[in-house]
Formats: sequence, structure tokens, C-alpha cells
Amino acid sequence: MKFDKPAGTNPIDQMKVIGKPLDRIEGPLKTTGTAKYAYEYNELNKGHAYGYVVGAAIGKGRIDSINQYAAKNAPGVLAIVTYENAGPLQKGKFYADKLLAGPDIDHYHQAVAVIVAETFEQARSAAALLKITYTRVKGSFDLEAVKDSAITPQAGQFGPPPQTELGDFEGAFATAAVKLDETYTTPDQSHAMMEPHAAFARWNGDKLTCWCSIQQLNWGVRDLANVLGIPKENVRLISSFIGGGFGGKGTVLSDIVAASLGARAAGRPVKLTLQRPLIFNNTTHRPATIQRIRIGAATDGTITAIGHESWSGNIAGGRTESATAPTRSLYAGANRMSHLRLAVLDLAEGNAMRAPGEASGMMALEIAMDEMAEKLKIDPVEFRIHNDTQVDPSNPTRNFSTRQLVKCLRDGAEKFNWKRRQAIPGSIREGKWLIGIGVASAIRGAPITKSAARVRLDKEGMITVETDMTDIGTGSYTIIGQTAAEMMGVNIEKVIVKLGDSAFPESSGSGGQWGAASSTSGVYAACVKLRESVARSFGFDPEKTEFSDGKVHSGNRSVALGDAAKTGDLFAEDEMTYGELSKQYAQDTFGAHFVEVAVNMYTCEIRVRRMLAVCQAGRILNPKSARSQVVGAMTMGVGAALMEDLVVDKSRGFFVNHDLAGYKVPVHADIPYQEVILLDDVDPTMSPMKAKGIGELGLVGVAAAIANAVYNATGVRVRDYPITLDKLLDTIKINA
Amino acid sequence: MKSFTYERVHTPAEAAAAAARMPGSKFLAGGTNLLDLMKLQIETPVHLIDIGKLELNKIEHTSSGGLRIGALLSNTDLASDASVRRDYQILSRALLAGASGQLRNKATTAGNLLQRTRCPYFYDTNQPCNKRVPGSGCAAINGYSRQLAVIGSGDACIATHPSDMAVAMMALDATIETVNPKGKVRSIPIADFYRLPGKTPHIETVLGKAELITSVILPPPTGGMHFYHKVRDRSSYAFALVSVGAILQNDGSGRIALGGVAAKPWRSESIEKLLPLGSKAFTEKLLAKARPTHENAFKIKLVERTLEGILKEGRS
Amino acid sequence: MEDSNKLNLTRREMIVGTAAAVTITLAAGTINNVEALAIAKAEIVPSAKVSFTVNGKIQQLHMDTRTTLLDTLREHLQLTGTKKGCDHGQCGACTVLVNGRRINSCLSLALQHEGDHIVTIEGLGTPDSLHPMQAAFVKHDGYQCGYCTPGQICSAVAVLQEIKAGIPSHVSADLTVHQNLVIWKYERE
Repeated sequence: MKFDKPAGTNPIDQMKVIGKPLDRIEGPLKTTGTAKYAYEYNELNKGHAYGYVVGAAIGKGRIDSINQYAAKNAPGVLAIVTYENAGPLQKGKFYADKLLAGPDIDHYHQAVAVIVAETFEQARSAAALLKITYTRVKGSFDLEAVKDSAITPQAGQFGPPPQTELGDFEGAFATAAVKLDETYTTPDQSHAMMEPHAAFARWNGDKLTCWCSIQQLNWGVRDLANVLGIPKENVRLISSFIGGGFGGKGTVLSDIVAASLGARAAGRPVKLTLQRPLIFNNTTHRPATIQRIRIGAATDGTITAIGHESWSGNIAGGRTESATAPTRSLYAGANRMSHLRLAVLDLAEGNAMRAPGEASGMMALEIAMDEMAEKLKIDPVEFRIHNDTQVDPSNPTRNFSTRQLVKCLRDGAEKFNWKRRQAIPGSIREGKWLIGIGVASAIRGAPITKSAARVRLDKEGMITVETDMTDIGTGSYTIIGQTAAEMMGVNIEKVIVKLGDSAFPESSGSGGQWGAASSTSGVYAACVKLRESVARSFGFDPEKTEFSDGKVHSGNRSVALGDAAKTGDLFAEDEMTYGELSKQYAQDTFGAHFVEVAVNMYTCEIRVRRMLAVCQAGRILNPKSARSQVVGAMTMGVGAALMEDLVVDKSRGFFVNHDLAGYKVPVHADIPYQEVILLDDVDPTMSPMKAKGIGELGLVGVAAAIANAVYNATGVRVRDYPITLDKLLDTIKINA
Repeated sequence: MKSFTYERVHTPAEAAAAAARMPGSKFLAGGTNLLDLMKLQIETPVHLIDIGKLELNKIEHTSSGGLRIGALLSNTDLASDASVRRDYQILSRALLAGASGQLRNKATTAGNLLQRTRCPYFYDTNQPCNKRVPGSGCAAINGYSRQLAVIGSGDACIATHPSDMAVAMMALDATIETVNPKGKVRSIPIADFYRLPGKTPHIETVLGKAELITSVILPPPTGGMHFYHKVRDRSSYAFALVSVGAILQNDGSGRIALGGVAAKPWRSESIEKLLPLGSKAFTEKLLAKARPTHENAFKIKLVERTLEGILKEGRS
Repeated sequence: MEDSNKLNLTRREMIVGTAAAVTITLAAGTINNVEALAIAKAEIVPSAKVSFTVNGKIQQLHMDTRTTLLDTLREHLQLTGTKKGCDHGQCGACTVLVNGRRINSCLSLALQHEGDHIVTIEGLGTPDSLHPMQAAFVKHDGYQCGYCTPGQICSAVAVLQEIKAGIPSHVSADLTVHQNLVIWKYERE
């Protein structure tokens, strides 16, 4: 089914199942520990062995020698694979990193070997016996130091054009009545998902099955076939449950390659998981940025010039952190520029992490807006509203499909009691606590992409949906079930959802906030076909057939749905593809974040006291799971604002704090009550579902809202994330 | 983790004797730190002596009015004890500020005292570290040192001691009781228990080979107001940037011990007489010999300000 | 969804396993499952015996001394509900209850648990018969990817017991007041 004109009324609009805050259907499995993750398929792989990945001990250089003697003769060892015996390996298409290194080492903890042994304990112990000698070469590890060598990258598959200009930015900025020109920095961040990357690989002849934990199975099949040099048809990937990804499990990484090579070498199924201290330097991360923002405005607050430049680094072939993306679409302003630059760094690969581009970019832009509002002596909410636009500011002939940023800000301000805010920072004190509130806008693109599904009806009236879509904690199982239930006129209990197997029809996968809208649209397309088969099986005109209450109605006839499958199951398979609507309309999601913080006047510890998000993200398919997505994202925003920081050792060339004690993410005690308001919004330009993603929107802007609240509480403007107490300590006065 | 043999022992003397008999052995109590380090081969004992089931998990009143805390009492049980909560609140507070509920249920009094540093270079066996591999160098001094020591350190090592409990024990003048393989019992005041790194940062305490901690003795209660303020990068479950333990008396005198600044809990009784002069004068003197790095110099100001907050609370 | 976990294996693929540990499951005093095969070099890997109960069932095991309680549960007893998130006591996904107290099973050797009573997430409830805490997590959507959820639920169950037992925490305002008030509030809600 091709979607190329705005959707009219369709069965989804009934909202009998869609839009209901149903409990997630996989909840009983997850809460009882019976949901199976990649590493847990022992029963299907009797006789399996264990793998252990060895990471490079240096930041940049080469392997001089590998002595396997001690490791090979250690108890239980079955095989050792290094570049010397792995055979030729290629790279995948999405990640630029070489997934088994040697002799050249591109970054610290890059995989250099996999040890396979009878038991986990034996594999781990033998790994330490592998003697590898290296020669270090001088590497480049300091973004600030190599900033001036950065170049304008090629336009990529994702992200904005690297360099854009509209009107006369320089001229307008130079002559603006009020100006801001500031630099902001964001650190490297790690996804820190709870389930480590894990793979369970089994060869059957030249066919490879791998239970794994990745977000995009279609990319995974492509990339694993590429890396190993085998036909795609010989690869099957299964990811029924994924213990979090946040972009860090996009497709194949070293765990899957190591398990596959290890299983081939040992002649046995092999499972392994990346040990937690390896993940931070071995896999990908959100790259650090240096961002310069210039805003010029008239004294009435009208932005006349807005410019955003961003520098980031990566290994050769790696992508740019597209931090300028939000600035292209968020606020009006006739004269605009944006510019991305990319330097070479010999740290682990930088790649997608939840809301890549927007999350980092808005950490900077939304502080800049707060600073500008103060210069203009305009309330920060009003300043943003004043510069709202209903046309794409980078392409003013194009409308937004839907845009309720103003409502997000107004409703949020009302709900949060924003009028309590004092414009003069440091005005409110409760005992030893300095209190401040802050706001930030949110914007995140609403991409949608082709996605297929297969649906089956049996004589009991049960619907089974199969698609290789993944559920990374987002609620895919449930919203896909709701979609099929709505389309076929049954309760959610009558739907079985099977996900995460590349043998199923190819879906969008989970990434870039496109999964919910895309995958449900694929299920919609398949269900449209199934409805037609069902109608025809009863001799009904598909156009005049209705599905409700487990029955099929046409004229004055009503038949049980299952009767259509009396003589055998009915199948339908289809995919949703897209025309030009995403070019005709700017399709985005919007929001506003409000935060109250308290800062300890003595120690400068920052505590978040209240958080509110107002989100506009198309039709909300399930308010309960959508809210959880936003709550999780807001929590991640607290981490970004206050603590998350992969610290680079600039001489040794690695992320030093590479475990979950050193890399801090928020704990329960850091998170206050979080309120989420989901606006009514239906976007018929997206798909028949009229929905958009929301999981990434919830993160965008949160960190800046916190930064602005800290400023409002203390008068200290921190432009260098994370905002740790040492950055306030010299400035905040104790006023006992 | 290297292979090791394992035995369970039933008396402290048996434990010490087993340790003397087996070179390269270690006592295993809760295991929360030791097993963590063994997985990374930072600790590589060839033999573990499981002392977990010894009867050293009691808390008793001493004849002088203090408390005897069994070496194997869990951190949870110690923090929850009614006498501790009433008379030694600083200890309860310090324990509860540390680790997580899960770890406190397993971690023991003696194990907590003997925790090893959380310096990230100590934890990464690819990096030089004089504490882990004597003579290999220190990557932390010119590396990521934000969390590390500002005082009492040297050119060999700037690691901090991670314990919160030990800071409270230092303020309380606790005494550590041990038994050696010959059955000899000795008492070590906590002020003498830890060694500064000097040129031998791998030697962290004055414990002899195969010497086993059996209990920790607290003197009679001091009275006063007890505080333990742990300042860190998140609200719980993080090691201290600095922590300040304080016992303040109505006359303005008091005891102050610091965590997160040195290889041991930092305290100076002689300087405590300056306390009535305020946090600035006191901190300046207490940390006069500090040699912070560029990254952790803020800790000195942080100590001063944290203490100021405590003194203010104490006065009000 | 559950069905997708089950793949058809041919008989030839069902290679007999070589387990490093001898696993004997005793229920009501009778041996009902023996899965025991020595491995080639086992004699040079130190091992030892241990016995404890897991979810009410007696387990007598002969383990590589290095085996953690977590890996014992997951790899030897096939109780994979307890998760490995970091293996270093830093995430809590491996939380189980031992003699009623929550601990990180990754930082504990199986051998340390002689005679202990261990309860894992599987011992709290099943999909058809949820423990009230499990049901509450489902109702309030208190999980996302689900990976740390079993640990969080075990921890939450233990926290309520700790509160009842008057065990203080870092959020206890006053250490000298027994926390009956808090219990009362929970029960009311």
C-alpha cells in the first residue's frame, strides 16, 4: 500500500482500541522474568559454548604479536579467533567501526579477539592469558585541540544538510539591536542501556542464526552478511526482547561478529555478552560537541538572525553529530545559517543516541534562547511564542503538517504555575535551598519509513501479527496489537503479536523515533488486505464491510470473524510505502519542558524538584506507554544536564569512566514526580495511523530547561555540560 | 577471574591459620568488593577462606559503655541497630549514605574498612597503577583525577579510600581488634589503621599477613549532634566527592572527619580546637598541606562550604 | 510472542550438552533431574559442593569455585529471570532475595550460600499468577525494556519488608523514629 495523499477517515479513527491506555501485553512476561533476551536461549542451543571478547589495550596503534599459547592451553578453551585466523572481514553499512580489529587498532577496547570455552568462567579466565603486544602511535583524542582541523562533512543519509544559509545572516546579525554570541559544549555520552550487547550464534552448514539484541533487524542482516562475506539469505537474526538500546544497538556490533566467528571456529553454538566495562569504549556513543550560537533580534524580541555551528569528532568514515538540526526548524527568523564540521578523533565511534542531533543541539540552543530572553527583558516563554512560525523557516513555502508549539508552552506554563517565576535570578530561597524554574522548547523530526507485516486469522477469530519490528522497551508489542485489534474489530486479547525475527516481513525497525508510526502503518496495510479477504470469503463488498465486536457486518448480515477461516487460516501480507508528503510538509513533533530545581547554597548540589512535559506528537496510540516513553526520556535529560559525561583521557586516548559506577546516570532519588501532558493531535499527512513518534521528543530540551532553572535559582550560567556542582562553587555566595 | 581453591572455616583462629598456611589466600566475607576486583583480575587470590559463617555478626555493649561490633555484621544490621541509631547516629548515617540496599545487606564491617579504592585507573588493568602493580606508574595524577585525593597523597598515588563508614569510625575513635595466626589479639586505633601511600600505595593498612579483623570497638557515646553530609554527583549510589562527618557539642567544640579527600578518612584532633573559629579557618588549617590537581582543587572549597552548612545547622 | 521463542530443532542439532557443573535438582527428596557430564579438563578446575534452596526447591550443586550465584541461577538452573546487567554490583538487575534480604547475586559466589534460602523473580509469581508487586508494575507501566525489571521487583518487595522491619535508609528523616508511619501510608494506598 502506498501512502501518498493525506489520510481520510479509516477504521483507526474509531479509537476503540487505539488511543486507549492499555497495559502492555508483554508486561506479565517482563515482570516475571519469563521474557527471553538474546543470551537466554540455552534450551534451543544445547551443547553451546561461551565466548569472551578481548578489547584492545591501547587507544591507537597496532598489534605487534599475539601469543595464544597460554590461553589456548587453559582449561576448557575450544577456540580463539583474532584477525590472524578470522578470514577476510568487511565493515557493515551503518557503523564505520571495524568490528574485529588487527593489526591496526583504531580505538581503545576495539575487539581484538574472542575466546571460546566450555564455560563462562573458563572463557573469561583464558581471555586474560592471551598475550598481545602493541605499538602505540600518536592519536587524536581532544576535540577542542583538533577543532580547527575539522572539515565540512558530506551530506549523510540522516541529519540536516551540513551547511545552509538563508537570507543574509552575517549582515542581519551585525546590525541586530540585541545580540548573543556564545559557545556551548556537550560531552560524550553513553547509551548505558541495561542489557549489555549480547549474541547467541549458531551455524547450520553455511546458514547462520543469531539471537541478538539489535534495533534494526533488516540492517543487521545486511551488515552481518557484509561483514562475514556471506549471502544475506544465509543470515537469520532474532531479537524478541531487547534490554534497551537508545540507538546503541542499531545494528551489528562486535558482539554479534565475535559470536558468529567463535561459533564457526568452535563448531558449536556460542553465546557471549560484552562485559560492561568494555561497552563504553568498544561500542558507539553520542559524540561530544562544541557549538557556537548567534542570535540577533529587534528590541521587540523578533529574531532577525539565527546561526548555529557545531563541531564534533569521529573515527574515519563516522558520521557527524547533527546538532544544528533543530535550529533549522524551531524558530522564525529571516536570516539564518547552520554549519556542521567534523574532525578526526581516535576514540570509539560516535553514532546515534536517542534524538541524535536534536538532543545535543537543543542543549545549546535552548540555553541561548534563555540568555537572549534575558537580554531582551522578555519572559522566556513569551520570547519563544513570539518567534513561533507556522511555516518551515528554512523553506518558507512549506507548511508544518501540524505544529502546536505555542499550545505546548502556554498549557505548560499554566499547569506549572510559571507566573511564580522571578525574572531576577537568585530571588527565591527556602532555607539553604535556592529555587529556580526553567523552560525549554522541544522539537524532533517525525520520520516515517516503509514497513511490512503479515497477519493471519484463524477459525477461533484470533489474529496473529508477524513483523521483524523490535520492541526496545517502547511498547511496540502493544501498539501493534492495538492496531490489528482496531482494524479487525476485535479486543486486544484476540491478537497475538510476534516480533523481532528477520524471517518475518521487513519492518522499519526501532530508531529515530520512527518505529511506532512506521510499524503500525505496515500492520494497517496488511490488515486492509486481510479485511478484503475476509469480506470476500463471505461474499461481501469489502468497501461496505464493517468489523466490530469480533464480527463482520455488511448490510443486515453479521458473521463471526473466525468463520472466514473455517476451512483454513487466512493470511495477508503487505507493506506501507510513502510518497512525497514528507517533502510537501515539514513533519515534526513539538513539546515544552518545565523544570524546578533547588540548589544547596552551601554544597551547590542540584536537586530537580518538579518536571512537566507537554508533548504534541500526532495521534497517541497508547497514552500509558507513550507517557512512559516521555518519562524515561525526561529522566535521561536529567542525566544529560547534571551528570552524564564520558571523560576522555586525552593522553592515553580512552573514556576513563567505563563502567556504571563511573558513568553516572540518574537513580530513583534523583527523579521527582514527572508530569506528562499529551496534546490531542492527529496528523493525516503521516500515514493512515495519523501518528508520530514520541520517544525521542521527550528528551529534547530537558537538559536546557534544567540548565535554565539552575541559572534562575543561582544566577550562574553554565554553558558546559554536565552542570556539576564544582561549576557553581566559585560563584554562589553563602548568605546564611 | 583466576581459578582458586575454596574452604569454609568455623572459628577466627582457624581462619587466620588457614591464611598463614596458604600463601596467596584471601579472606572472603561479603565479597562485594573482592569478587568485583577478582573478575577484573585486580585481585588474584589462589585460595579463598570463606569466613562468612563465623559467629562474628553480633553487636554487644562493652563493660565501659561502648559497643563491640562483630567484623561480619552486615552494614544494614549495623546501621539499623537501635543503640547505633540512638548513640552513634553519625555511623548509621554514614552507612546509609553508602552503596545500595543490596550491597549493605551483604557488605560487612571489616570488609567495608578494607574496601579498595575506586580510582578508575586502578580498575583498568591496561593502565599503569602503582597500587595495583607497584612501580608501574600512576596514570591518574595527570589523568582524570576529579574524584581523587587532595591530601596525604604523593607522586606514586592519589587514590582515595571509598568508605563512608570508616569516616564515621574515625570521628568516633573506633578501635579495630584482630587476631593473627598464632592466636594473638591486638587492638589498633583507627587513626593508626590506614597507611598513606608514600612510595608503597599497594600497602594500605597496618594489618599483618593473615591477620583477621574480628571486631570494631566504639568508645562510650560522645553525645552531641551527629552529621554526615556526603556530597556527590547524584543523590544516591555514588562515591563521595567529599563527605564531612561531624559530632558537634553545645560548647562549640566538636570532631570532624572527612571522606573523599585522601587515602584514609582525614581527621586531626589537634586542629579541631579551631572549630569555634568557623569552617574557613578550620578547613584552611586541616587541608593546609593539600596538593590537589587542577581537576580536584574544588574539593577544598567544597569541604569548607559543606562544613559551614553543618555548623550552621548545628547552631540553629 | 511466547511462540516466537520456540524454534524447531532437528534431532541432529540437539547436541548433548557439556555442562561444567553437576546439577542435581531435588524436589520432595527425590532426584528428578540429573544433568551431569564431566568436561575434558575439569580435574584442574577447582570445584566444590554447595546446597541451598531456590524458590523452595533444594539444589545440590558441584560448582567451579568461581561461579557466581547469578551465573548459577542463569546458566546452571536455567532461571534466566535474574539478569546480568553489569556483573559488578553497579546496576541491580541481578537482585535476588537471600534469607529474605535483597542482594546483588553477581557479587556472590554460589559457594557462599550453603544452606541459604534464595528467592528469585520466578519464585514471586508467574504470568498467570502475578505477585502483587508484579501486578503493580504492569498496572503502572513501571518498566520499559524489562531487563532490570525482575531486579527492581525483587528489590521493591524487599524494600517493603525492610520498612516493616524498621530498617532505615538514606531518606529516613529521623533515625530514632520507627517508620510505622510509612507502613501505614503504604497500606492505606
